[in-house]
Amino acid sequence: MKIDFILNNQSQTIDVHPARRLLDLLREDFGLTSVKEGCGEGECGACVVLMDGKAVNSCLVPAGNIIGKSIVTLESFKKTERYKMIESCFLEAGSVQCGFCTPGIVIATESLLTENPNPTDEEIKEGLSGNLCRCTGYNMIFKGIHLAAERGNGLW
Amino acid sequence: MKDSISKPIQRVDGPAKISGEAKYINDMHFENQLFAKTLRSDRVKARIISIRRPELPDGFFIVDKDDVPGINRMRTVVSDHPIFAEDTVEYIGQPILLVVGPERETIYNILTHIVVDYEDIEPLLTLEEAEANSTVFTDYHYDKGNPAKAFAAAVKIIEDEYRTGYQEHVYLEPQGMTGDFRDGTMFVYGSMQCPFYAEGALTEALNLDANHIRVIQTVTGGAFGGKEEFPSLTACQVAVASLKTKQPVTLIYDRDEDIISSTKRHPSIVRYKAALNKNDDIIALDIDVLLDAGAYNGLSPVVLQRAIFSATGVYNFPHLNVRGRNFMTNKVPSGAYRGFGAPQTIFGTEMLLHNIAIKLGVDPLDYKMRHMLKRGDATCTGGQIRDVVKLPEIIQKVTEMSNYREKFQAGEKYKGIGISLFLHGCGFTGNGEQMIKGKIILKKNGETVILKVSSTEMGQGAETVLRKIVAYSLDIPLEQVKYESVDTGLIPDSGPTVASRTTMIVGGLLQQASLELKDRWDETENIEVSKSYKHPDFLEWNNDTFRGDAYPVYSWGANVAEVAIDPVTYEIDVKKIWAVYDVGLLIDETTLRGQMQGGIAQGIGWATIEVMETDNGRLLQKNLTDYKVPTSMDAPLVECEFISQPYEFGPFGAKCAGELPFVGAPPAVAAAVSNALRIPITSIPLTPENLMEMDRYEN
Repeated sequence: MKIDFILNNQSQTIDVHPARRLLDLLREDFGLTSVKEGCGEGECGACVVLMDGKAVNSCLVPAGNIIGKSIVTLESFKKTERYKMIESCFLEAGSVQCGFCTPGIVIATESLLTENPNPTDEEIKEGLSGNLCRCTGYNMIFKGIHLAAERGNGLW
Repeated sequence: MKDSISKPIQRVDGPAKISGEAKYINDMHFENQLFAKTLRSDRVKARIISIRRPELPDGFFIVDKDDVPGINRMRTVVSDHPIFAEDTVEYIGQPILLVVGPERETIYNILTHIVVDYEDIEPLLTLEEAEANSTVFTDYHYDKGNPAKAFAAAVKIIEDEYRTGYQEHVYLEPQGMTGDFRDGTMFVYGSMQCPFYAEGALTEALNLDANHIRVIQTVTGGAFGGKEEFPSLTACQVAVASLKTKQPVTLIYDRDEDIISSTKRHPSIVRYKAALNKNDDIIALDIDVLLDAGAYNGLSPVVLQRAIFSATGVYNFPHLNVRGRNFMTNKVPSGAYRGFGAPQTIFGTEMLLHNIAIKLGVDPLDYKMRHMLKRGDATCTGGQIRDVVKLPEIIQKVTEMSNYREKFQAGEKYKGIGISLFLHGCGFTGNGEQMIKGKIILKKNGETVILKVSSTEMGQGAETVLRKIVAYSLDIPLEQVKYESVDTGLIPDSGPTVASRTTMIVGGLLQQASLELKDRWDETENIEVSKSYKHPDFLEWNNDTFRGDAYPVYSWGANVAEVAIDPVTYEIDVKKIWAVYDVGLLIDETTLRGQMQGGIAQGIGWATIEVMETDNGRLLQKNLTDYKVPTSMDAPLVECEFISQPYEFGPFGAKCAGELPFVGAPPAVAAAVSNALRIPITSIPLTPENLMEMDRYEN
């Protein structure tokens, strides 16, 4: 079926099976490989993208559900000031190890800070609860998000 | 004066990973790429009578044992795992063949139309069954002193048994590999820890000289041992497929497939018999270690070695009788996982001392401290503790940070605190380093220095740390130090990236080479310096008798865990972990803290929520919905400090670090749960069902 949607701020019209996973659509049809597949069942959050500004697991979204929606992946989000703030804070805090969960966590951070620019420890934990990380034990990711919230005065 | 090398720098691989630009194997595109999917055994143990294959559409292939030009076995310590199944299958999930083609839907369709006719054979399912049937793969033994005499003279003898379960690595990036045979050379790309292990396996499977094989590590999304030996199997499979199809073939696992078929931490039973003297000190220990190796032995003998050489923990028991056995069961093979056998035995020994102390009515920490190793003591294998053991300072620090003593006395039910003491032997066990003889090359090219090693970055920070060692030694900016691609065609074999050996052993060689290069810096524009590992003269090891120094040096630590247990559901909330470690000098503080916190989280997962069981040989947890790993909600706060005893032969005094935190967390949490519920803990994972039952039974 024909689907109109906005991908990384550009209008797109595509012909796609409505059951095709948004994850495959993004990775295979558009080559957006920042979106990772870690489990394929919505448990790990490696494939998280923004849909109308909210973090969603793209492995659980069928193409039929994106009609008229705006999808944002890191490929465009990385050009923003907010991204640059998250990047520098993650680097400083040691929030990254193997990196496979990181794109999803960057998007989850953007979604969290958009909703709540000054999250508490508990709110950060909850905001990240859909993103698995096996390397860091999360403490240094929490620290990176705290730093971004502190320094991102006015960005979110 | 320049900054201390411990001062953190920005990770060199950080920006590409944060922006999503880093290319993992599944993000790479190959010209004329084909995809593969594995047909697996759905029988526990069976003879394959026949395989009925459908007519294949053009461009699709089936690849199996008959396509392997060389030996159909994956080369590792014991090369017993077939690359593709032959006459029998020995576990559910064992690979039988690949279906290969340009388009995934059709591949899946072909797979559903292949029919395997089996004749079932009676399997062996559990460690107990395997023991009763004596299906022993490996049987090791060592002793110390005169255990028979010590047991005869004992005032008390205490016997106990400890158990640990499976653990799945859950590296976030599943296994993935591409084979591409072109112009007479086999190129293999993939997510892995040990490219030269894969190269060795490929030479035998393909019957091809190493000069015609290039193994290239792609950005690796976590490994933890799970990408140590296992990728040799998929490397051989995609290579055989590419030889047959003359096109690049990519095999990417989905999570279910990864969990069903990849290696896991060995389930264990550890039995103890302790001889106590009139002061209640343990004078002799009899330790019997049983590991469930699964259907093939593979790497398990060396896992078993570390398990038995770590079995006395941080303690000096004068008399020992230690036996270790790997058993065959018809289940997915167990293999390397962070800690490599040591977490199982250290858990047992820590809990044994804790439980004996409680039984005797003495303080567990005081009881442990009465038995602690110190400088000059003999190790369990008759080697020597050569450096100062800073455990007393470590314990002092961690108990102060956590207010352990006071909280332990408080004793409010359902709230608990526990302490663990632990060590980790640095580098390969026994004569492993001498056998591998790791080699490194430093190449000066004008103002740039290229570092050529086979050490892989898998998230632990190897690339940052090794570049930092070279830059710091040469006193040049980090930007002038480049890391050669990990491509076996371009680099020497510095040994595998395992055993917490990268910083200490490979980093040590790089430091030596850097110092030589510094002296010769002005000679010419292009200088190449290479170094190979030399075993320090003072270390002796006999691999037949297991006498001598099993490890050149040890890292040490103590953890305190504080828990709260829900009185209704018995769920454990690990509130906080306080940790103090001696890993020698810190090469990069942030990288080390990352290793420590991550290792603690994995260790807590293993001890609490990571339940993996089998029923008639079938795993009951096969995806991330069933198999729970710690989320941000489960992660405890970690407060971590370092007290360093530098190692003379490590770069700048660094020792090992990556596995140590895993080893320490589980017994600390178990001791805290024991304290909260006033029950002896003898097995993990600590499921709410078991805790509820034990609480009702014991109290």
